[in-house]
Amino acid sequence: MSVDVAISRQLTADDRRFSLDVAFSSDSRRIVLFGPSGAGKSLTLRAIAGLLTPDAGHIRVGGRTLYDARAGINLPARDRQVAYLFQDYALFPHLTVAQNIGFGLTRGVLNPPRRRMSPVVAHWLEMFELGAVAHSYPARISGGQRQRVALARALAAEPGIVLLDEPFAALDPALRERMRSELLQWQARLDLQLMVITHDPADVVALEGHTIEIRDGRLWEDARSTTSAAPPTRMDSDLP
Amino acid sequence: MGEIWIPLALSLKVALWATGINLVLGVAVAYGLSRWRHPVRELVDAILTLPLVLPPTVLGYYLLVLLGTHGVVGEWLDRHGIRFVFTWQGAVVASTLVAFPLVQKAARAAFENVDPQLENAARVLGLRELPVFFRVSLPLAARGITAGALLAFARAMGEFGATLMIAGNLPGRTQTLSVAIYAAVGAGHDEVAGLMVIVTSVTCVVALLLAAWLAPGHAPVRRLDS
Repeated sequence: MSVDVAISRQLTADDRRFSLDVAFSSDSRRIVLFGPSGAGKSLTLRAIAGLLTPDAGHIRVGGRTLYDARAGINLPARDRQVAYLFQDYALFPHLTVAQNIGFGLTRGVLNPPRRRMSPVVAHWLEMFELGAVAHSYPARISGGQRQRVALARALAAEPGIVLLDEPFAALDPALRERMRSELLQWQARLDLQLMVITHDPADVVALEGHTIEIRDGRLWEDARSTTSAAPPTRMDSDLP
Repeated sequence: MGEIWIPLALSLKVALWATGINLVLGVAVAYGLSRWRHPVRELVDAILTLPLVLPPTVLGYYLLVLLGTHGVVGEWLDRHGIRFVFTWQGAVVASTLVAFPLVQKAARAAFENVDPQLENAARVLGLRELPVFFRVSLPLAARGITAGALLAFARAMGEFGATLMIAGNLPGRTQTLSVAIYAAVGAGHDEVAGLMVIVTSVTCVVALLLAAWLAPGHAPVRRLDS
């Protein structure tokens, strides 16, 4: 699926101002937005998901226009068929693992029932080896399990593309390694298109995708061509 | 014992109605205020808090001006057979008004403590705004709202001033427990008054204990808004 993004957005919070102005397109199955924290990667991802409205530009995914300022198109987040894996997973703390996974499959004002679960939910529980914790609450399960629940919840809706916001940042190094290879396995098995944002060069190496570098709200290539000064600094220096 | 049971039953009925109405009204207003980004918001909040600080007599006066038989709205209501003066429904209106800020404030704090990321997660998963409210925001704020509702119930049980002004002191019809105590003391029935005082105190203490038990961290969590 082709992803075509060209957006700009001015943000002012208190006395700080930030301007985001990025344009890229890619057909890669693994698009990696790479850059230091505060570069505008998350804002870009939020704009694609429909959680942030740009000032101008367009967003197209797989030929569908999700946003187009000139044509006045701005699909709400719920209609974008885009999955979003939040950095802290954003699991619903008042719902069990099974209810979390089934959340997007029921549309009314009631949450999925605690006791009965749909075959679809059972399928995802089994696939992600979460059967043993199906009726546990998110606070009671491990970090790795939480990530799997978040992924299962996102994938149950059969989205066109999966957006992942720093998927490994919250994990300890040993687990990070494992989840990286797990994610790549899931991608191959389920034929997913991923768009991952990360500040970690090790992720860039492991994901082997089409890497787009963002700094100060601009694509790195653009920034390089417009400002002759400032040679590229090593990314590692931006790590905490 | 009828002289205690009848006012007690009336007080419970009035307080339950007032709490129920506030659960809908207070929660709706609180949710609106917690999502509304506008400078006028705090002014609206301040006005809505007035019933907490104004003398009940002032509130009662406002209610009479508004809902009295010759009042601004009251005259129109009277033509349609709806009366608030000297009725138990009038006592419900008075109790609702006085207890409203307690539910509204607690609910607003509870809604502002709900992680917006969770609501966003629900939206990305395909939910409309109403299901997001009922399936994410409301359950996560439920504890704080219930604590506020219990406080409101206790406050409504103890309502006196505004109730007396609009509903009056009609034994068996509008004479709530707190009004009955006033009447009993005035008539020199000290024993009856004493018993009613104990019943009222115990009811309120139970409600307050439940509220304290439900309140998150046993202290209201405040978040500073810019």
